[in-house]
Amino acid sequence: MSRIQTRFAALKKEGRGALIPYLQACDPDYDTSLELLRAMPAAGADLIEIGVPFSDPSADGPTIQAAALRGLKAGATLGRVLEMVRAFRETDNETPIVLMGYLNPIDSYGPAEFCFDAAQAGVDGIIVVDMPTEEADLLDAHAREAGLDIISLVAPTTSNSRLFHVLREASGFVYYVSITGITGTNSASAADLEKALPRIREATSLPVAIGFGISTPEQARTASRIGDAAVVASALIKTMASTLENGQATERTVPAVLKQLESLAAAVRV
Amino acid sequence: MTNTSSPLSSPLANSLRSGPDDRGRFGIFGGRFVAETLMPLLLELDEAYRAAQADPEFRRELDYYLKDYVGRPSPLWFAQHLTEELGGAKVYFKREELNHTGSHKLNNVMGQILVARRMGKTRIVAETGAGQHGVATATVCALFGLKCTIYMGATDVERQKPNVFRMHLLGAEVKPVTAGAGTLKDAMNEAMRDWVANVADTYFLVGTVAGPHPYPEMVRDFQSVIGVEVKEQMTQAEGRLPDVIVAAIGGGSNAMGIFHPFLDDADVRLIGVEAAGHGLDTGKTAASISRGRPGVLHGNRTYLLQDRHGQIEEAHSISAGLDYPGIGPEHSWLNDIGRAEYVGVTDEEALEAFQVCTRTEGIIPALECAHGLAHVMKIAPTMAKDQIIVLNVSGRGDKDIFTVAHHLGVKL
Repeated sequence: MSRIQTRFAALKKEGRGALIPYLQACDPDYDTSLELLRAMPAAGADLIEIGVPFSDPSADGPTIQAAALRGLKAGATLGRVLEMVRAFRETDNETPIVLMGYLNPIDSYGPAEFCFDAAQAGVDGIIVVDMPTEEADLLDAHAREAGLDIISLVAPTTSNSRLFHVLREASGFVYYVSITGITGTNSASAADLEKALPRIREATSLPVAIGFGISTPEQARTASRIGDAAVVASALIKTMASTLENGQATERTVPAVLKQLESLAAAVRV
Repeated sequence: MTNTSSPLSSPLANSLRSGPDDRGRFGIFGGRFVAETLMPLLLELDEAYRAAQADPEFRRELDYYLKDYVGRPSPLWFAQHLTEELGGAKVYFKREELNHTGSHKLNNVMGQILVARRMGKTRIVAETGAGQHGVATATVCALFGLKCTIYMGATDVERQKPNVFRMHLLGAEVKPVTAGAGTLKDAMNEAMRDWVANVADTYFLVGTVAGPHPYPEMVRDFQSVIGVEVKEQMTQAEGRLPDVIVAAIGGGSNAMGIFHPFLDDADVRLIGVEAAGHGLDTGKTAASISRGRPGVLHGNRTYLLQDRHGQIEEAHSISAGLDYPGIGPEHSWLNDIGRAEYVGVTDEEALEAFQVCTRTEGIIPALECAHGLAHVMKIAPTMAKDQIIVLNVSGRGDKDIFTVAHHLGVKL
């Protein structure tokens, strides 16, 4: 069993959904984001999503755009992100790590080399925002060979028949983009989610993570119950950004994010 | 000239004009690299566009607006004084700057707005660089009473003030984008973000032959009216096809429009002129084919200015309409198969050509097509006097007089 399967199986036994926090690699610098990454499991992260900075994040709102710019300024590259995952795996071999980013840095690295190196580094899954099913053959075979899950995205605009098409060969878990919009803006209501999830579960038996617009413990609890996991990204990055001085980390940075993470984690455990 | 209806004609299967394939690809270029949220919309758009193509009523409607509203056909002008000054090949201008709103942009916008109306969309978003596409879009939205939001880089808002004011007059909301360098690339990102957040009622009216399939194909089809007219007009004027066609390239819609009907005429040389900015090797350039490599941005695979890690670099050009780090995927393909040539022209050379054109022909060209003219000025003197060059004068230069004055040290 992969780390992702093992983790979701364990949570099912516990009878609760997962909390998946997000951090942008090298935001605001390599050491701070590695420190945060290493501390996240103890603060209640069940899986962790690492954003790979890209110059043109066209599906992201202002918060993650700014984080990506800080990461790039601090020297983030795909190679550096893999280095961070390797460092994390020295102390944690169980928490699943999923990279989320855009296609061009992967394309530039080389799809086959990237899948191999990412798996070697200890990455479990990848989410490529601008690679729909129609273009996924670019990575599919390489990812499968390396043992990486390509996490499929589905959206409110994905029709029932298209859900079957998109999720036919999905693995790991399914990421439900719960609003039509960019990250960190609107939020889906519990009623919206109650309506959407049965539609998705018809098409897949994989766990469903819900993301985009989840910021409060209450929202995280709701999403983790209706779905199988809640992804919290912009809200954590906002907290991190509020502790920075001239774009640099301060001693408040890591504790502030972890404190918020703990309250989110407590909510999915109630 | 009655033939304004050919942009939608279909070529033979073994022709260079038959692309893209059903995945929206020209060779390895093109495709549909967008978030899942947008994917169903692209499929819906593709379906709507095919239905429009097959509907004679759509053709009739488009022809009507092209003739009586856009003002087509545009003339083919023999630039006699320029020809004499250059002392070589005969130079013709395809006068797209005479279209309503002053550029070739309205050809595409008119086609797409009719598609959007067929789809029942009530709100239009668009990106713009120099503002020509924004003005054209705001114009048809005024004509048809649709809500219109234009994203424009903050830098471009500053250097294209007249066009910003025109868009306001036309009732459009202009949103300055401060991300990145505040140019066309950033405006494109922001327009895509708006679209994804407003999918139910909003149509994204792409201004060039780039973006996810079917945009590159659809925009090319609507712009091909340019080349179709040139073919007919040149045959009337000279009894034969031109030897060389030259067009400036940002995303590449005016070039694709004049090139496409000639792709199977192997004797016609096609030259796309990219903005070299300060110079191809200065790092301050917008020449995606000359100095970029293939990658994925804004929904398509194409030549991009990018660093070795796949981060997109800022383009540079004196011309806001060419200031983009990518190029339409069909151009990337035409470059790789050797059917079209792509060269660079610097800011300085374009400024010089801008003045030559104004002085010799009494035509103030947009800085975009001044780049094309600068290349014509290089090659015409090397060609025989019975050879023929056609330059696509894709827009008029009124919008650029402030930029030109600034560079010439004149205070307006």
